[in-house]
Amino acid sequence: MPQVKILEEVCKGCGLCCDDVCPVNILILANRINSSGYHPAEVTDNTKCTGCGYCFKICPEPAIEVYK
Amino acid sequence: MKQLFGRPQGLTDVLQRYCPGCGHGIVHRIIGDLLVKLDIRERAVGIAPVGCSVFADEYFNCDMIQPPHGRGPAVSTGIKRARPDCFVFSYQGDGDLAAIGTAEIVHAAARNENITIIFINNAIFGMTGGQLAPTTLPGMRSTTSVQGRDIKTQGYPIKVCELLAGLDGPHYLVRTAVNAPKNIIATEKALKTAFVNQLENKGFSMVEILSMCPTNWGLTPIQSKKWIDDTMIKYYPLGEYRNRAKEER
Ligand SMILES: Cc1ncc(C[n+]2csc(CCOP(=O)(O)OP(=O)(O)O)c2C)c(N)n1
Ligand code: SF4
Ligand code: SF4
Ligand code: SF4
Ligand SMILES: [Mg+2]
Repeated sequence: MPQVKILEEVCKGCGLCCDDVCPVNILILANRINSSGYHPAEVTDNTKCTGCGYCFKICPEPAIEVYK
Repeated sequence: MKQLFGRPQGLTDVLQRYCPGCGHGIVHRIIGDLLVKLDIRERAVGIAPVGCSVFADEYFNCDMIQPPHGRGPAVSTGIKRARPDCFVFSYQGDGDLAAIGTAEIVHAAARNENITIIFINNAIFGMTGGQLAPTTLPGMRSTTSVQGRDIKTQGYPIKVCELLAGLDGPHYLVRTAVNAPKNIIATEKALKTAFVNQLENKGFSMVEILSMCPTNWGLTPIQSKKWIDDTMIKYYPLGEYRNRAKEER
């Protein structure tokens, strides 16, 4: 089962991965903030991840890892 | 578990100091991937520009040089001629490449120098605070065109792929974007072609990449992605402007 992982401390909360990029729409920005003051991306339901890597590809940091 | 996607070894662990949603980081990741996948990291020499990516020497995990503003193509030429065994890439913004560095890029292309240029077109001088660049669109606001670029006094934008395609020299000229997965995948392919061209001694390759600058565009990162689709690509059409490999076939 593919799994996506957000590196919260690397994330700048830009939201680029959180709109129509994810085909199963499981990425949102969290309400909490990281130590830089950004709202990090968060996974709502990892069981749906297809492992496509689109979120990783658009992440400028990159603060995303995808596993299988 | 096996990692499918993650930070490539071609990047250092240094956290990049770009604004949230800046396109520079996406292109850095692709270059970092290619340095490893093509097994050229050990013999790569990168040229960092003057601009927001002036610190690229800290971000790429290979040898780097940071010459004066706009001189990437000239410095690349020198390194590549002295050390043809090295893989040489010049990373440049639109202020760096199309304003102060116009002479260098035109002549390197005309000579078909065997170097690879990565040209980040964000239609603005990012680092210095959003002044008009040669690439700023007609009507687009910047800190030095507060009513929008007026073509009567500020002239027309320079379309660099189209300009260089007027020369016989260059081997490969292509324009892509990093605002959506489909365009990012096309950018990955174009950069790979541009890298391999140099390894095969084909000559001058440039990939022009339309890239988000949310801070100086006054837009959110999501709005910036859309602005590239709705406005920027219409003025700067994506695609190949020269590919000698296809002409030869
Ligand atoms: C010789 C010289 N002239 C001017 C500058 C000021 N300067 C610094 S960055 C820059 C332009 C940066 O714009 P661009 O190349 O588009 O890079 P971006 O920040 O948008 O990525 C300018 C004019 C300088 N550093 N050196
Ligand atoms: S890998 Fe694909 S499916 Fe999984 S979170 Fe990222 S974009 Fe969504
Ligand atoms: S694209 Fe990267 S930096 Fe931006 S919100 Fe998503 S994980 Fe964070
Ligand atoms: S000013 Fe623009 S180009 Fe520079 S780091 Fe910020 S978003 Fe990127
Ligand atoms: Mg710029």
